[in-house]
This record gives sequence, C-alpha cells and structure tokens, in this order.
Amino acid sequence: MKPLPPAPPSLLDPRGKALWFLLALTVLVIASFWSLDLQWGQFLSLDAARSMGRFLGEFFPPDTSPEFLRRVAVGTWETLAMSALGTGLAAVAGVLLALPASRRVDGGASWARGPTRLLLNALRSIPELVWAALLLISAGLGPFAGTLALAFHTAGVLGRLFAEAIENAPPGPAAALRVQGVGGARVFLYATLPQVLPQLLSYTLYRWENNIRAAAVLGVVGAGGLGQMLAFHMGLFHMGKTATILGAMLLMVALVDAASHGARRVLTR
Amino acid sequence: MNTTTLRPAPTRDPAWVSRVFWIGAALVLLWPLGVATEFKPWVLVEPKNLKVTAQFLGTFLPLALDGEFLALVARETWRTVAIATAGMVLALVLAIPFTLAATRVLSLSALSGRMARGPWLIRQAVRWLLIVLRSIPELVWALVFVRVVGLGPTAGVLAIALTYGGMLGKVYGEILESGEAHATQTLLRNGTSRLQAFFYGLLPTNAAELTSYTVYRWECAIRSSVVLGFVGAGGLGQQMDNSMKMFNGGEVATMLLVFMALVAIADRVSAGLRKALG
Repeated sequence: MKPLPPAPPSLLDPRGKALWFLLALTVLVIASFWSLDLQWGQFLSLDAARSMGRFLGEFFPPDTSPEFLRRVAVGTWETLAMSALGTGLAAVAGVLLALPASRRVDGGASWARGPTRLLLNALRSIPELVWAALLLISAGLGPFAGTLALAFHTAGVLGRLFAEAIENAPPGPAAALRVQGVGGARVFLYATLPQVLPQLLSYTLYRWENNIRAAAVLGVVGAGGLGQMLAFHMGLFHMGKTATILGAMLLMVALVDAASHGARRVLTR
Repeated sequence: MNTTTLRPAPTRDPAWVSRVFWIGAALVLLWPLGVATEFKPWVLVEPKNLKVTAQFLGTFLPLALDGEFLALVARETWRTVAIATAGMVLALVLAIPFTLAATRVLSLSALSGRMARGPWLIRQAVRWLLIVLRSIPELVWALVFVRVVGLGPTAGVLAIALTYGGMLGKVYGEILESGEAHATQTLLRNGTSRLQAFFYGLLPTNAAELTSYTVYRWECAIRSSVVLGFVGAGGLGQQMDNSMKMFNGGEVATMLLVFMALVAIADRVSAGLRKALG
C-alpha cells in the first residue's frame, strides 16, 4: 500500500498566519498610497524646493527684539500654566471618577463601574486638540479652553489608571477599618488613598510631562499659549516671529525632556 | 496575664492641621496659574455662552445619518487610516537607514575597545538629527507643509513621516542596543559584513520587539492623523473642523462616534498583534 502523501499545512498554522498578515499589510500599504492623491510631483519639483528654501530662508533672522521676546516668555508661561492646571484638574476629576469606576470590595456592589468606565473611555479617546476645538464654542478663544481641553482628555486617561491602582491596592487596611464600622468615605481617605497615593502622583507627573508638549501645540485651534501665537504669526507670514516661537517651543520641550530624564535617573538609582 | 492597654481611638484626624495647611498652600500656589490661564469657570454658565452651548449640543441629536454624509465619512475615515499608513511607511524608509547608521552594536572599531573618532562623530550626528526630527511636534510640521504643498493629505503624510521617522529611529536604536549583542559580535568578529551581521544576528534577536513597537506607533499615527486634519491636512479631522465651524452638531456627533470607534478598533488590532508577537 502506498503511504499517503503528507497533508498540506493548514492555512492557519503560525507560518500561514504570518503570510496572511504580510499579505494584508501589503494590500493596506498599496491601497493607502494608491487612494491618496499625494502630490509628489508638486512636492519634489524644483519649484517646490525653491519655495521651501525661500520659506526656510524667511525664518532668518528670528525676531529677537526685547519686546517680542517678553511676549514669547509670557506665552511660554501661559503654556506651562495651562499644562499644570489642566493636569491638576484632571487629577482631581480622575480620583472622583476612579471611585465609581473601581470595585473596592470584592463582590461589592458595582453598578456604576461599567457606565463610568465607558465615560472614561470616551473622555480618553477624544484627543486634546479635538476637545479644544469643541470647547472653544462654550469657553471662548484663549487659554481657558485649552486648560479645560487638557483636563477633559487627561481626566479620562488618569481616571482609568487610578481606578486600576485603587482596585489593585492591598485590601487589608481598608477591611480593618470597615469591620470597625467606619464609613466608606473615611475608609477610602485613611486606608486606600495613602496606599495608592505614590502611584497616583507618579501617573500624574508623567501625564504632566506629556501635557506640556500637548499644550504647546494646542493653541493652533485658538486655545492659548505658544501654539496660538504660532498660528497667528504664521498666518500673517511674520516668519521671523514664527522662528522665535518655534525656537521657544523646542527649547521648552527639550528642557522638559532633560528634566524628566534627569529626575527618572535620580529616582531609579 | 498579659494585657495590653488599648489607647482610645482618636475621634478626629490627628494630622488635620498639617493637611489643612498644605491644601491652603497648594491653593496659593495655584493662584498665579489660574491668572495666567484666564481660568474663569463662570464664563461657562453666562447666559449668552450657555445659550450657544445648549444650541450646539441640542443639534447633536439626531445624528447626521443620511446616505450621502455617511459615504463621505467612510471615505474620510479611510483617508485618515491611509494617511497614517503612508506616513508610517515613509517614516520607516527614513528611520531604517538612520538606525543602521547610528547603532553602536554594528561598529567594527568598537569590537576592540573604543569606537574610532570618525564613526563616533557620524553616529552622534545621526542621533542629533533624529532628536531634532522627533522634538518638533507633527502638528507644527503639518502647518509648515500645508504652506509649502497646500491643503490636503500630502502635508499630513509628510508631517507623520518626519516626526515618526525620528521617533522610530531613536527607539529602534535603543532596542537594538539593549538586546543581546553576543551573536552579532561573534558574526562580526568572524568577518561577516555589517549588513550580514544585522540580518542574521541583530534582527532575528530583536524582531518581535521592533515589530511590536512599530504596530504601537501605527496606532498612534491614526490618532494623530485625525488631529492633523484640523490644520488642513485632510481626513476625518478636516471634515470635523468644517462641521464645527458651521455649528452642525449632528455631523460633529456622528464623526466623533466614528472616530471613537476607529480608535477602539486600532487599539484592539494593535493589542492583538502585539500579544501574538509575544
């Protein structure tokens, strides 16, 4: 009797899956380039190169008059203030939302958990810039809208992280107070919160770092800070001033990066 | 008998003085921040603003669901994904050569002690270039390119390509240098070329981590390509901006929901792929 030929490998074994994945990826990439009307001709032409060169040339010399530098400094301070206040508000809102979003007692009532998590996800999945554009309608142009936008998005991010931190806190101290008949609010304040506070703080600081970067560009829709100055002066073709603002932005981001890198190094040593 | 006397439990918080003090101090420190950000929550409830807000929110329902608009949203959603994907491909085209040039593990002179001066300078220069590319936010690149190439997806693709090229280049370099270098160095010591050492030593060791990071960045690119639309770089963001300016709440609400679904799907796909890679 002739032995049966080996069965062909399944189309869904690991190798097959990898091939399907590569095929899907290739199709996605080709379809992307094919469907976008990218103007490579216009971008790579001599004309575009010349206009790009002229554009970059206009950046020089940057405007360094003391009066304008002072305004840039005010803009930078405004950006930092927006990020700090936005993050602070978000941390408070995050704790308030994390409470209903977490199950603090095993098997306890948690009817609010699902809806609150849904709300947190919604807050989180809309980027700061879209929040800013939406909030301009009710808060008006200026840094207030930007602060609120940062706070809304960050509250979603922090609320979720906080809820997880609270759920993972060791239950002992809270249980000890609860069996003594202490009420829910005080159990949280005196048992759970002190345990998770370092973690909450480190999440908040991490988001603050992100928010400084976000606040710098948030203004391009009109929500205050350096971004608003950038959009304004670029719109009026004040290229020297634009260059100064870009420089201030880069400097600020670089300083924040260096500070966070340094702080991390000191803390983890 | 061994008895322990229990102190009576304090009836009020023994640390309340310091708590009240620190809360007060925090509020004083927050004051200048509030001034700088023109923090006036009461403008939200001024009758005039409240009316505008209520009107805008009122138009959110019913959602805009007519066929023509849904087709437009579908087209723009695809464009958002396409901008992100095309941008990522160009970012890879930019990042891979830079990574190869900057990786310390592939240095021949570093095999025997210190790296030679010339190669060290080249590696450092590439690193600085990557840092500059990465630290200019993609939104600023997009503003610049909208000026040069005009409104449309080209600006968005280029902005993502440059910023993400810098990020990918930097992180790829870190991944390659933090991994196990033994196999690569053995290959180099036995006289393979550096590309061979990369393809047979360095790449197989780190492939899973590199792919996983790339997928994660693709997910981020989808999110940022929506945002780039707000400065005129095409896709869902640009449509959302247009509808907001026309106070068409129904359209805004539909697009927000589509966007949230898109992000959730990208999140799921990326998490699934990363899990499959281990």
